[in-house]
Amino acid sequence: MSERAKGMNLTLKVWRQNGPQDKGRMVTYRVEDVSPDMSFLEMLDVLNERLILEGDDPIAFDHDCREGICGMCGMVINGVAHGEQVATTTCQLHMRHFEDNAVITIEPWRAAPFPVVKDLVVDRSAFDRIIQAGGFISVPAGSAPDAHSVPVKKVDADAAFDAATCIGCGACVAACPNGSASLFTAAKITHLSLLPQGQPERDSRAKAMVEQMDAEGFGGCTNTGECTAVCPKGIPLDTIARMNRDYLRASK
Amino acid sequence: MSKRNERAGEQSTSADVTGEGGRVGGVFYTEGEPIRDTKAPEGPIEDRWEKRKFSAKLVNPANKRKLHVIVVGTGLAGGSAAATLGELGYNVTSFCYQDSPRRAHSIAAQGGINAAKNYRGDGDSIYRLFYDTVKGGDFRARESNVYRLAQVSVNIIDQAVAQGVPFAREYGGLLDTRSFGGAQVSRTFYARGQTGQQLLLGAYQALERQIAAGTVKMHTRHEMLDLIVSDGRARGVIVRDMVTGEIERHLADAVVLATGGYGNVFFLSTNAKGCNTTAIWRAHRRGAYFGNPCYTQIHPTCIPVSGDYQSKLTLMSESLRNDGRVWVPVKAGDTRPAAEIPEEERDYYLERIYPAFGNLVPRDIASRAAKNVCDEGRGVGPGGLGVYLDFADAIRRLGRDAVEKKYGNLFEMYERITGEDPYTQPMRIYPAVHYTMGGLWVDYDLQSTIPGLFVIGEANFSDHGANRLGASALMQGLADGYFVLPTTIGDYLANGPYGEVDEEAVAEAETAVRSKIDKLLSVNGTRTADSYHRELGRLMWDYCGMERTEESLRKALERIPELREEFWENVKVSGQAEELNQALERAGRVADFFDLAELMCIDALHRTESCGGHFRAESQDADGEALRDDENFAYVAAWEYGEQGPILHKEALDYEYVKMSQRSYK
Repeated sequence: MSERAKGMNLTLKVWRQNGPQDKGRMVTYRVEDVSPDMSFLEMLDVLNERLILEGDDPIAFDHDCREGICGMCGMVINGVAHGEQVATTTCQLHMRHFEDNAVITIEPWRAAPFPVVKDLVVDRSAFDRIIQAGGFISVPAGSAPDAHSVPVKKVDADAAFDAATCIGCGACVAACPNGSASLFTAAKITHLSLLPQGQPERDSRAKAMVEQMDAEGFGGCTNTGECTAVCPKGIPLDTIARMNRDYLRASK
Repeated sequence: MSKRNERAGEQSTSADVTGEGGRVGGVFYTEGEPIRDTKAPEGPIEDRWEKRKFSAKLVNPANKRKLHVIVVGTGLAGGSAAATLGELGYNVTSFCYQDSPRRAHSIAAQGGINAAKNYRGDGDSIYRLFYDTVKGGDFRARESNVYRLAQVSVNIIDQAVAQGVPFAREYGGLLDTRSFGGAQVSRTFYARGQTGQQLLLGAYQALERQIAAGTVKMHTRHEMLDLIVSDGRARGVIVRDMVTGEIERHLADAVVLATGGYGNVFFLSTNAKGCNTTAIWRAHRRGAYFGNPCYTQIHPTCIPVSGDYQSKLTLMSESLRNDGRVWVPVKAGDTRPAAEIPEEERDYYLERIYPAFGNLVPRDIASRAAKNVCDEGRGVGPGGLGVYLDFADAIRRLGRDAVEKKYGNLFEMYERITGEDPYTQPMRIYPAVHYTMGGLWVDYDLQSTIPGLFVIGEANFSDHGANRLGASALMQGLADGYFVLPTTIGDYLANGPYGEVDEEAVAEAETAVRSKIDKLLSVNGTRTADSYHRELGRLMWDYCGMERTEESLRKALERIPELREEFWENVKVSGQAEELNQALERAGRVADFFDLAELMCIDALHRTESCGGHFRAESQDADGEALRDDENFAYVAAWEYGEQGPILHKEALDYEYVKMSQRSYK
């Protein structure tokens, strides 16, 4: 760390768009003396502080937990959703991975079902509607049996967990050439259909979620695999196969 | 109604406090009538919740959909409450500032959730969880509430498993548990290092199911800016649509605040960037008492600050302390790399000072011990603000694979942030603000001093007393949301209806919100809201942080009003009110943090004892441990807002079951 403590100078090309109706454009900013230990969002914070003092509109971007779990942040950095670091959200990306004097392009998620709200902020409410369609197990509070009444095989519990780690950031959609939400939808279907508790609603869930995904205007899956490559949580591609099997099973 | 109280003005321990200028040496508050909880039933503690549930009036099912409840916040408490109220048939409106209810900061909780299931047969019980929580809270929580929390804990696990929360399991198919944060029984259920995420997604999915069913109307990207109080009752909220900037009014029969804690008053904390105090502070301004604002929890295992640009701190699960050993060099100013410091020149200070608990002492104790060794000049890393958490022994004992299985994701997170490999060199950790035990005062029904205003989760002053045990925040949030509030709010609603909402009260709240926004936009000064927030945070950390003294608190109380005044004269907020304007959002939150910070310091100054997370340097025993003063401070400080300064109402705490004793972990 310390040997690189000298600040970096960078050129940012950032997508600015004043609202859904605005056409939008790339705007170039110089940022100087960027510490390699800064996170990517901290680098933008510093730029925004400057823009505010200059009376300019700061770059709007979504973020919240800044520890890679809430799923709120997301930018396409140099053409890659969340940047080139593997299994990393934008907030967990640090400037030590960039070269001095680099030119960095920063764009929002681009997909028709994710309209731009402002600058790098997009509307991902389509994901909530996919969950509404069936991404749950119906259990009114207080009606549950003792937790040990149904044992679950460890391998199933672990595989369910792997799928359940999805943070709903939408990078999978942004990376997909078809703008497909298959990985997101499949992650939830896989999580719940691997567990005994998820069986009673398994068919109706798969059917309703897939149909909602299509109704939102997301594209189909052509097994490109870009989604899993950019996924900060490494949700495996075979969840999509499971989704398709469950959907077929339900459609019989 | 109130007599002047000179306590804070009486004891001057330092010659540096001259009493010149401002309110230093003066009187910061007045004392009003005592307050008490009137809702907890009498009788044996194990029967009280049953009794309360039975005595609570029921709402006719046919009437429920005519009753409108607003829930602000969608974390574990708010999400589970909104979902459950929707299931019960109430007409619910829910708000969150994020773009989806799934993103509330409960999602970041790593370690686990406690429950008195005694699945291990290791001597756990509801009574033991109750006992540990009262003791861990340093005897500053209400026994009735804590007992209920321990009772309900077992239902939470059942509920979560039925929802499909993928808790860790053993090969036999049953749930795995671990011991956590100093507990001597294995009662913590977990889902790798993402327990909060999995529990929150369970609540979120239940909430989305109700949204689809039409019982809950969800407003994302909306921020509550004021509470509507009509005829003495909470009847709605004023919110800002953060996309359009529109100011909206929403009316209801009852309002539930589940808006989390206020750790971001310190600017740097483990909270999400958006976490703020505005909802509870506005409710406080409208008449809700604020309980124990000075009780903040400093978490011992966070990644140290790396520079001035730092925007937040990241916590490393305290489960790491199960296998990691904490140490610093014996010699002050030893700058050799860890690997070059021989065993005999390392001080495993927690193991040395607390042989019985070692590295597993409760959070407040571990944090202060770290501060002490750093104050002695023995800290490691940049600025000497860090201690080592070393896994070399664990790797030797268990093998790298086993360590990776247990902590792999945490090690990875550490490396991502610091660029250092914890498998080959010890982690550096330092304490950071993590949780606030204080919050709006509530009775046993979780109702504040404003009738119809209920407060749940971290937002209330709740069940943790002066110090929260690890893995108990998730437990409390879900206990409140799934099980307690849905019962107690029914009693309030069944006693209605409460009539028309006074239009003047609504208009007044709306005008107040608009004029604050206009004012922030019109200052047009030379410093950003963030730069003021940073300065306020630094001041709070230095003067009202891990260790507080009369002198430091008086300094803070001199400096905060000055800084606040400067803020209102010199802040620069760009953009307009009627658009997505993140600079404006931040400025509004910072303005409320100033007011809260002042109340925190007054509370910390008035409580001259040490207890839990509140350490007053003047009150320690011969070994430097926190010394409580039960004779004078066995009460909850419930603060009423007053234009002339806050008014203190004391709720006396009685301990019928757990005998008060000085905590000792030696």
